[in-house]
Amino acid sequence: MLDPKIPTGALKDKWQSHKFNNKLVNPANRRKYKIIVVGTGLAGASSAASLAELGYCVESFFFQDSPRRAHSIAAQGGINAAKNYPNDGDSVRRLFYDTIKGGDFRSREANVYRLAEVSNSIIDQCVAQGVPFAREYSGYLDNRSFGGAQVSRTFYARGQTGQQLLLGAYQALMKEVAKKNVILHPRTEMLDLVVIDGVARGIVVRDLITGKIESHAADAVVLATGGYGNVFYLSTNAKGCNVTATWRAHKKGAFFANPCYTQIHPTCIPVHGEYQSKLTLMSESLRNDGRVWVPKKAKDTRPAHEIPEDERDYFLERKYPAFGNLVPRDIASRNAKEQCDAGRGVGDTGMAVYLDLKDSIARLGVEVIKERYGNLFDMYAKITGADPYKTPMMIYPAVHYTMGGLWVDYNLMSNLPGLFVVGEANFSDHGANRLGASALMQGLADGYFVLPYTIANFLAQVKPNAKEILSRQEFKQAENETSEKIKKLLSIKGKTTVDEFHRKLGHLLWEKCGMSRNEAGLKEALKQIPEIREQFWKDLCILGSGEEFNQALERAGRVADFLEFGELLCLDALKREESCGGHFREEYQTPEGEALRRDDLFSYVAAWQFNGVGQAPTLHKEELKFEEVHLAQRSYK
Amino acid sequence: MSKKINLTLKIWRQKNHSAPGKFESYKIQGVDTDMSFLEMLDVLNERLTKEGKEPIAFDHDCREGICGMCGAVVNGQAHGPMRGTTLCQLHMRNFKDGETLVVEPWRAQGFPINKDLSVDRSAFDRIITAGGFISVKTGQATDSDSMLVAKESADIAMDAAQCIGCGACVAACPNGSAMLFVAAKVSHLNALPQGQPEKKIRVHNMIDQMDKEKFGNCSNAYECEAACPKEISVIHIARLNKDYRQINNPFH
Repeated sequence: MLDPKIPTGALKDKWQSHKFNNKLVNPANRRKYKIIVVGTGLAGASSAASLAELGYCVESFFFQDSPRRAHSIAAQGGINAAKNYPNDGDSVRRLFYDTIKGGDFRSREANVYRLAEVSNSIIDQCVAQGVPFAREYSGYLDNRSFGGAQVSRTFYARGQTGQQLLLGAYQALMKEVAKKNVILHPRTEMLDLVVIDGVARGIVVRDLITGKIESHAADAVVLATGGYGNVFYLSTNAKGCNVTATWRAHKKGAFFANPCYTQIHPTCIPVHGEYQSKLTLMSESLRNDGRVWVPKKAKDTRPAHEIPEDERDYFLERKYPAFGNLVPRDIASRNAKEQCDAGRGVGDTGMAVYLDLKDSIARLGVEVIKERYGNLFDMYAKITGADPYKTPMMIYPAVHYTMGGLWVDYNLMSNLPGLFVVGEANFSDHGANRLGASALMQGLADGYFVLPYTIANFLAQVKPNAKEILSRQEFKQAENETSEKIKKLLSIKGKTTVDEFHRKLGHLLWEKCGMSRNEAGLKEALKQIPEIREQFWKDLCILGSGEEFNQALERAGRVADFLEFGELLCLDALKREESCGGHFREEYQTPEGEALRRDDLFSYVAAWQFNGVGQAPTLHKEELKFEEVHLAQRSYK
Repeated sequence: MSKKINLTLKIWRQKNHSAPGKFESYKIQGVDTDMSFLEMLDVLNERLTKEGKEPIAFDHDCREGICGMCGAVVNGQAHGPMRGTTLCQLHMRNFKDGETLVVEPWRAQGFPINKDLSVDRSAFDRIITAGGFISVKTGQATDSDSMLVAKESADIAMDAAQCIGCGACVAACPNGSAMLFVAAKVSHLNALPQGQPEKKIRVHNMIDQMDKEKFGNCSNAYECEAACPKEISVIHIARLNKDYRQINNPFH
């Protein structure tokens, strides 16, 4: 059993007493410690900025050209906090409970409570940084509702909340760059983690412009490298999102937890062709004012406006009257799939349902809808060529977020001492399903308000020696292995492109390990993935060299990792013989078709230890103990 | 409904910053009009790879118009012919069958070319580092509703803050000026009460850095606004100029 190191005491006192009990690093000594932060999304940028403010010597690594490009920028809808400004019954306890329940009781109570507890400070911090949240005419902050909650607790900046929060964190980071407290390494990709005597001591990176391979040592390494949704090829993630940093850390000993918890977002623009390179999300906030429906009759090809009201099935409102269109994402997604599988889907492919804002436009007027969702409507129109002010949008679920990630304890430290993991890259707070507007909250909670405290406790117990440790042979060895791997990729000189392999893997995973899963399908995927991997290493085609800007080579390294990771994803899904949140096993469902948890058998975190490519990994369990909440089947009816 | 079109592409190819570059012509058949511009380039790159020719380097990431990573000049227009649209959101239904498209990287002294269509925009990061922030540390903030912000100020700030830092404004400007980029950040922060204490030094330092990065001056051509994928208004440049006049250069 893994020890999550949860502090003792009542749930509401744990974080406060833990902060007091943590060791501190004297302000004068902090600059002697070097910390590497990989990734500059909400979690990475907020970590790097906050640690630099405290006086640590921070180096930030990222593969894009600027920290502001990280994919947090694309989050649309909002960020949750328990401010209770609307006076509608919210509290830290309610945000905690909604998040635990939304995650289908598969997350760690103490982490989630802490998340809810610091949520209000995040809003304060962001406002102080100049994040232009939506306001009422009175000058006070405005809120809106999101799925899985019956209170309005979501703060937003039009449909660009992620952008504005990331720019806030980015600017906080750049102010530390100005003071020379942070060194930036743009267009630099982490390709290995260096572990010395069981402790994470640095990374190996490749300069993406020159191809130079280099080592960097530190007293602690923080991974803020996001999720692995792109293993499915098509997802709402940016094209560059990948599993490489976390997977290579996993291969160096860090446990990977709950990879099968993947979130399929219900409201995305449907797939339109083979060449499709990514899927685009339409914010969940649209479900505030939009109604999801399909024709009652299967194979009804009439255009939407010709289908009368009584021939429409508003299936979410019908099945879940209490939450209606605002049920959590996993439930909304599965219901859309169910309708399409039954032949009631709409559009050219039949793989779409309507999201209709007609009634809200009639009630509130075009101007109000434009102010709330204008940028989303514009985006929809650009991509599809259809006008959502006139015809209902067509949507279908798509891979969006991954709740699984590297295993971390209460201090956000992995099982490898010195390796901290924050944001989407870790597994900790969302259980089997994340609620809308909670990713931004978690990324910033980790970076601004959790890591700065917990990392100090670790550093206070080690002697700073990043400079000296760099001469250890483990760094040279890791550099050599990295260079060899690149040479190997370039030397295959086969006939199949990186994207062809990626598409093949993604298609397989979407079919067998997507919105619903079963034993036979998962076993089939586990048979096919090693075959695709073998083919990859025999027939991959990349042109150019490793000593230059070579985007196909970058992608090849990432797809090579997806081809190994995909196997773990399916294995975890196979071994979790229950349905919970985003993990729906067809064998385990209630008579009404809802997810059926098996708390007696599976109330644990599955943390996998790497034993070699193609070798069975070792399962370590962390038991989930619920002291405050009562486990129940989720009901949104 | 989607249809298929044929195009001729003239694309700028340049091996690295110091190598000379030139246009190469590619004929591409059967382009689905539902494709985005970048998906069309993906398809071309797959073909080139299969033919043993090096694919075209171009920057991109989110492909939903918000990360600011992508961009190229298409037929003389930054991000192509559609208003308020990044290259990744430009769809091929906006082009005609048989058309020739000339595709070039951003061209400006402040943006050295990395390879083909990819340029180095780190100058923008240095301009932000010079003052594009509010110096609040984590933990210092007071309750978020303790300071009220008039909705109109919040709206001005948000209009300006939408900038995605893509650099189209510089590429479109006859002088290669970064005024709209600088103005957008200054306007965002200076419109808010939180931004007041550092207002003057922010304007001074950011403009100073902009000049150091070899961006040109603004001569009111307004090409930047026309090219901006977020349609950020040149009114922010007027605001920047107003703030700049008020500084009275106390730092020199």
